[in-house]
Amino acid sequence: MKINSPLEAYKFLPGTNCGECGETSCMAFASHLIDRSLKATDCTPLVSEEKYKKKYDELEALLAPEIREVVIGVGEKAVSIGGDDVLHRHKLTFFNKTAFAYDVWDTMDEKDLVERVNKIQDFKKFYVGDFLTLDMIAVRSVSDDPAKFAAAVKKVMETTEFPMVLCSFNPEVLKAGLEVAAEKRPLLYAANKDNWQDVAALAQEYNVPVTVFAPNDLDMLKSLAKTFSENGIEDVVLDPGTFPTGKGLRTTFQNFLKIRRAGINGDRDIAFPIMAVPLTAWMAHDDDVSASYWETVVASVFTIKYGDIMILHSIEPYAQLPQVHIRDTIYTDPRKPVTVDPGVYEVGSPTADSPLLVTANFALTYYTVESDLSSNGIDCYLTAIDTDGIGVEAAVAGGQLTAAKIKKGLEDAGFDMKEKLNNNVIVLPGLGARLQGDVEDETGAAVMIGPTDSGRLPGWMEQNWPPKK
Amino acid sequence: MSNKMKLSGLTDILKDLDVESLEGVTIEGDIELDISGGGGLNPAMAYALGHEAAQISLHVANIARMLGYPVDQLFAASMGGLPQVPVAGQSRIQELIPAKLDVAKMSEWATPIQEVTLGATSADGGSRKNTITLGGENALPYYFDAEMPHRNYVTMDVFDMPIGMAKSVKGNYEDVINDPAEWAKKVVRDFNADMVTIHLISTDPLINDTPAREAAKVVEDVLQAVDVPIVIGGSGNPKKDPEVLEKAAEAAEGERVLLASASLNLDYERVAKAATDHGHAVLSWTQLEINAQKELNRKLMKQCGVPRDSIVMDPTTAALGYGLDYAYTNMERIRLAGLMGDEELTFPMSSGTTNAWGARESWMKESPLNQDSDWGPREYRGPIWEIVTGLTLSLAGNDMFMMMHPTSVQVLKEITQTLYGSIEADEIDITNWVGAEV
Ligand code: SF4
Repeated sequence: MKINSPLEAYKFLPGTNCGECGETSCMAFASHLIDRSLKATDCTPLVSEEKYKKKYDELEALLAPEIREVVIGVGEKAVSIGGDDVLHRHKLTFFNKTAFAYDVWDTMDEKDLVERVNKIQDFKKFYVGDFLTLDMIAVRSVSDDPAKFAAAVKKVMETTEFPMVLCSFNPEVLKAGLEVAAEKRPLLYAANKDNWQDVAALAQEYNVPVTVFAPNDLDMLKSLAKTFSENGIEDVVLDPGTFPTGKGLRTTFQNFLKIRRAGINGDRDIAFPIMAVPLTAWMAHDDDVSASYWETVVASVFTIKYGDIMILHSIEPYAQLPQVHIRDTIYTDPRKPVTVDPGVYEVGSPTADSPLLVTANFALTYYTVESDLSSNGIDCYLTAIDTDGIGVEAAVAGGQLTAAKIKKGLEDAGFDMKEKLNNNVIVLPGLGARLQGDVEDETGAAVMIGPTDSGRLPGWMEQNWPPKK
Repeated sequence: MSNKMKLSGLTDILKDLDVESLEGVTIEGDIELDISGGGGLNPAMAYALGHEAAQISLHVANIARMLGYPVDQLFAASMGGLPQVPVAGQSRIQELIPAKLDVAKMSEWATPIQEVTLGATSADGGSRKNTITLGGENALPYYFDAEMPHRNYVTMDVFDMPIGMAKSVKGNYEDVINDPAEWAKKVVRDFNADMVTIHLISTDPLINDTPAREAAKVVEDVLQAVDVPIVIGGSGNPKKDPEVLEKAAEAAEGERVLLASASLNLDYERVAKAATDHGHAVLSWTQLEINAQKELNRKLMKQCGVPRDSIVMDPTTAALGYGLDYAYTNMERIRLAGLMGDEELTFPMSSGTTNAWGARESWMKESPLNQDSDWGPREYRGPIWEIVTGLTLSLAGNDMFMMMHPTSVQVLKEITQTLYGSIEADEIDITNWVGAEV
């Protein structure tokens, strides 16, 4: 973005405060443009009225993110990559989480291929009210045979709506893939110093995004990207090569830093999304567990530092679970509140015989407990104590979760245990066990100690609830 | 099918296109063109014959264009009704635009991080075999702006009593779980720990209420058992810890240990004094709050007189999936502020990476939610959870890691030292990774 204050954006708005954007004033809208929570197109008058056309165009140019945004695929499953404006997430937030593409190859059995694609597209992990999932399929040409490649691409398309990366350095092979899949807008992989003219021609002819690949040669990488974009190929992805071990990996890391720093600092010729290929870890390790571990480690490094899309191989849960979580870690908007409002919440339809549970008001803690309870059909009252947004264990250690706080939390919520419950029992989290005596003294209630992880609440309920008289 | 064609043969072909201006052009030498596909070279015809043949006509046309002939108009005319046909050659890019990537170094990173040395050898009145120096950075870790002066270090946890552990962790310590000295030996000898942290958790009045003096004996045992620098941790009980750390500091006199920890919710003055009186360093622990970290560091320096070279920070580690986003950004902000000159934050950092084992993904047999995909075997899930938690914080600038699982320690060391630049490996040729059989 070329501007950074709402005032600068305001100059380009109609200034009528009409409210059509849902904001009370153009100035309020302008501040949302700057923090990128709204887009210029959300101001209906600006986009629809001819007299604002020039201002609109100027504003869009000023608001365009420093790193180009590239869309791969079509329809609901299409992924956007790039679009970042900062080098550190606390300065704003990172946009468009790293797209994870898992590979299949054209020498696979058809049955194996379909099974693998299904595993990839069915993967899901529940997390804070939503599912973490994977994004894309990368089809690799191992045979170097255009017909075989086209057949594999076709099979993938029949099996999934996930966008694809078509991978070969042979333009004939890529062309065969495009003949089958061009209308799905796959990403071409890749143009290198030898084949770039042919691959550029394909990107133009079929109007698809394209990756340029120059292993550890940033000048060549920039040269390719500049050549492509100046010839009208705007949807470019950069692969500076992912060397999986030793000094090569260190250099790769520094290459990513250089590309992104240059891009954010205004070098338009290199301001494109970056691809990492942690799959190369498999070229350095023989056994599957070591390879999966190292691939996950490499993937984590480049999820944290500037990889916008990556090609991965291991579909072991112990590789995928940390990968989807580290991506969520880095791309979570740091401006979003870390706490839930303190209070007593109803989960399901609690009655006077339901338990009253206590947890912290750290959003992650609260939502984890809440989903463990609700998805297992447990009706209860769940109290979020104001721990300043700190989780249970740390809050007990740091004095933000105490007996007095619990008493106050119930009082502030107007929750009278005598009136609401038949049982006069408070269930403390297992990690707060040491508060038991204090809470009993402070509240006069009986205290039970729940499990240390709320995932074990269903089993705990079975064993301990209702409490024995 | 691949024909070699001499440039001299071009004139004949180009005749079909009425290329008169070629006449009189001399081309030195006989350049060979590598052409895939057969002959038959009327471009309109070639288009009809499909791509391969079209390629040839493009090569030809390109040459003509280079020689200055207005090929494009000719193509349009020659193809009659097919002017909008997407013959890529019409816009086929001729030349790479040369470029050079220039990246400036960060001029704002002008303040180095403080170096803190732990452990003392006989030369300094201690009995450690080596010392370990943390900090000294002039840039974010592994960046090209400035070399990192010291690698990352791992200190492995040892407890003064048996504690609950994830199954895959426990398996490594069953033989030593009742003997902290043997436990300490094992992590150094078998698991390559750079340091040992002895956690005196049995001192907690709510656990065993072990007297501080007795706990100090365990510290002596551990110092006897290993010759690496050590960290001494209390139980986390704010009332008891100052006393426990005082006695431990006394017992470890001369060894320059790291006392863990001083925090705002206990009598940090006592902890700080225990450190300064006996020549130790102190861990300044706050909870995910950069301003609290500044406040505590300031108090340690100004109010308690702790020298700058004796402060390490623990800004709190939350596990992957359980607040690591806050922990990461908190550390990154602390390190950036330090590099940019905030003297209250220019200290090396330590992470309680073991906290990763609190994440259910690291230890639970399977997902408690049936909508989830299969979580797979937990013995592989646990260590990688600890690795990724630590690795993430290493990229935010964390210097020292307190860890538990031997596999996690090994892999974390490998990746941090790879990025640091001290791991040699054969270079892998990735130029054709696409076709690799993996
Ligand atoms: S819709 Fe546009 S003109 Fe109307 S208030 Fe919003 S920003 Fe202003």
